[in-house]
This record gives sequence, structure tokens and C-alpha cells, in this order.
Amino acid sequence: MSTVSEAVAQALALVATWDPKLVSIVLLSLRISLSAIVFGALLGLPFGAWVAVTDFPGRRAVVVILNALMGLPSVVVGLVVYLLLSRAGPLGSFGILFTPAAMVIAQTILIAPTLAALTRQVIGDGWSEYREQLCSLGETRLGAAMTLLWDLKYSLVTILLAGFGRAASEVGAVMIVGGNIDGVTRVMTTTIALETSKGDLPLALALGLVLLSVVLAVNAGAYFVKETAQHRYG
Amino acid sequence: MMRAPASLLPLRLEGLVFEAGGRRIIRGISATLKRGPRTVVLGPNGAGKSVLLRLCHGLLTPTAGAVTWNAPELPSAPRRQAMVFQRPVLLRRSALGNVRYALEVGGVPAREQEDRAYEALCKVGLEGHVDRPARVMSGGEQQRLALARVWALRPEILFLDEPTASLDPGSTHEIEKVILALHEAGTKIVMVTHNLGQARRLADEILFLCRGRLLERQPADQFLRTPASSEAARFLEGELPW
Repeated sequence: MSTVSEAVAQALALVATWDPKLVSIVLLSLRISLSAIVFGALLGLPFGAWVAVTDFPGRRAVVVILNALMGLPSVVVGLVVYLLLSRAGPLGSFGILFTPAAMVIAQTILIAPTLAALTRQVIGDGWSEYREQLCSLGETRLGAAMTLLWDLKYSLVTILLAGFGRAASEVGAVMIVGGNIDGVTRVMTTTIALETSKGDLPLALALGLVLLSVVLAVNAGAYFVKETAQHRYG
Repeated sequence: MMRAPASLLPLRLEGLVFEAGGRRIIRGISATLKRGPRTVVLGPNGAGKSVLLRLCHGLLTPTAGAVTWNAPELPSAPRRQAMVFQRPVLLRRSALGNVRYALEVGGVPAREQEDRAYEALCKVGLEGHVDRPARVMSGGEQQRLALARVWALRPEILFLDEPTASLDPGSTHEIEKVILALHEAGTKIVMVTHNLGQARRLADEILFLCRGRLLERQPADQFLRTPASSEAARFLEGELPW
């Protein structure tokens, strides 16, 4: 019991003193997961909106696949990206395996389908409400998708949040394609896994606390944005 | 030199049939709608009034028959017809922003949008609500905003689907004033209602629908005084014709 309480005390000290190693790991994690969210959103949001407002053959299959991909195991994504980026792989010539770029790619692939599937849900509900009005005004399907994305932006914040949560907390993909190299590709989750297995609990605990706080802060922020917007714009 | 596009009107409906879910909702309606008189479509619930309006406006595709415009709209060109729904769908932006959006979709150059939108809001008495978020306005204000959107677009023909069904008498009066003003400005009005008072106030001619058929088409006075069909007579007496 005393080891645990000591570890907690040391962890709090690390956080309180802005331990440089801790800070660099946290910043790298945020940089990678936020980049993945940006790229994932650029791919997932328009695609989800497009699926929601367009009728095409095979649309149901696309929806089922998107929904299934929400449960995509991160280690599988890691493995696939690893194979693609490894020396012998088709994208091996870029030489980005074991770099933060590879980690961004893996997390983007992991969360883009989630963002697309959830966006399709939100935009689809909006579309059934707006459809007749937008068609009456002569809006194109592409225009309608963009209009809905903009009009429902505060609901999409929650979706981005879910994506960020998944990206920031996954460990399998970044471990495989990043390699958990100290000072280069070591992020919060991989450090926690490594330090725990080494028995260095303070750093693992400190990072766990930071990870929790980040997720909590982002959630609180998104909730506040949505509530305020709902109140102001209805 | 650019020539003004040929008029959309008259609108010809030929043997219109519409089926959904195995039910025949419109059972062969033929009619011609000309520029000028305010046309009111009357009929009991389930007569197919709203569906007929949607078929005319192109929101639904007929199962059989045809909707023919004198000079059809080009798919890529801005629309010259508009519709106001029972419950207006407004975007989560200001009143002005909603009208500007319609103008943007309608291909109006950006520099003209603001003035035209403001002018339209003045026409419906919303000049004091320009910057208010549309979704938090009252029901009556929202419907007036929907009409401002139409006003700004200056359509040749306007379809209205029970625009005052969920409004109080005061708001209804305001909406009717705007509809009459649109008519004065040259827009052909085609409106669905089952409010007989409203039909009396607004209609020049009446199309009476019952169970998917056009049973009567008469000048409003004549229809309201001496309907030809027994179904219409019972409808006017407040009885359901079945």
C-alpha cells in the first residue's frame, strides 16, 4: 500500500513541477492525436455527410461497413500501417515508419471511419428534417451536405470529441508503428504501458492523471460549447 | 441582349397518379393552373392535398401522369417556384442569414444579397429581428421569416402547405397579409388549407380534393355558396364525407 501512495505522491510532484520529460510526452501525444483528428475530420465529416444525403447503389453496405469499422481494433490498424510503411512495403520508400508521421497516419485510419459513421447519423437525422426545404430552394446534394455540416456543427463537436478520445487513449497502433522510441515516438499511452511493466509507477501514474484530465477538460469544453450554442441558436 | 425567360405558367397536370407503400394517394388528377387567380386547394384530411402540392413542386415524382410547365426550369438554373411548409425549416443562423442563404442558393450575386434580404424582412414586418437567431423566434415569426425568404426570391409561383395550421389568429392574419402582398406583386398563389375562413378570405378559385380525386373546381364564391358535389357540401357543413 505504501508503494502505491508513494507513487501517487511522486506522480503528483511530477505533474506539479511540470517535469520536462512528462511535458514532452504529453505534448507529443496531443500533437499526434490532434493532427489525427484534423485529418480524420477532413476525411470523415464530408464523407459521412455525403453518405447521409445521397442515394446510391450499395449505400446500405457502406453504412454497415462504416458502423463495423467503428470497432476496428487498433492493433490491426497498427499492423496494416506497419506493413504498408515497412521497408519492404509499398510505401516503404517514404521511410516514415517509427516516426510521429506514421503514428498520425495510423490514428487517422483508426478514427476516420468512426467520425464518418457518427457524422452520417447526425447529418442523416438533420437531412430528414431539412430535405424538403433544401430541395425546394434548389440546393444540390453537395451543397446540402455542406449546409448541414455547418448548421449542425455544434453536434459535430461531440463527434470530434469521441474521435479524439479514441485516438488519445489507444495504445496498440501507435506502439506498433511508432516503436515507442524514447524522446521520438513515446506518447502517454505507450509510456504508461512500458513504465507499468518496468515497475516505474510514478511516471505511469502521472501520465494517467494527465490523460484523464485532458479527456475531462476536452469533454467539459465541448459540453459547454454545445450548451451555449443550443441556448443561443436553438 | 438577354431576354427574360419565358413564363413557367401555365402549369399542366395530366392524369397525375401517386402511389406510396401500396396505397394510391392521388388517383388521376388533371388541371391547368394559370397566372393570376389565387388558387386554394380544399379537402378533408387524407385527400392528398399536400401530396398534390409536392408533386407540382417537384419534391415527389408521380407514379403516372405528368407535371408540365410552360417553360420548364433548367436543372442548373435558379428555381422560379417556391414552397412554404406547415412547419418552416430554418437554419441555425440569424433571420437575415436565412434569407441570404436562400438568395445564395438562388444564384443572386453576393453584393445584392444583403439589401434584398433586408428588404424582404421589412416586407414581412421583421425589420426589428434582422440579427435574431431564427430558431428561437416564435412560430408566427418563423413562418413570416419563411415568407421573407420567398419574397426575396421573387418566385413566379408559390405553393403553401397549410402555412397557418399551427398559428394563433393574430399570426395567421399577419401571414395572410403577406400572402396577399405576394399576390399583388405578381406571384401565383397555390395554397392548401382546411380552414374555411381562410379559404373565404384568400381564394379566387377553389380546387376541392377528396380521396385523391379532384372533385370540383369552381370560383370561390360559387363553391362556398353552392358546391356541386355532395362530398363538398358535407365538407362545408363540417361533416366528414364518409
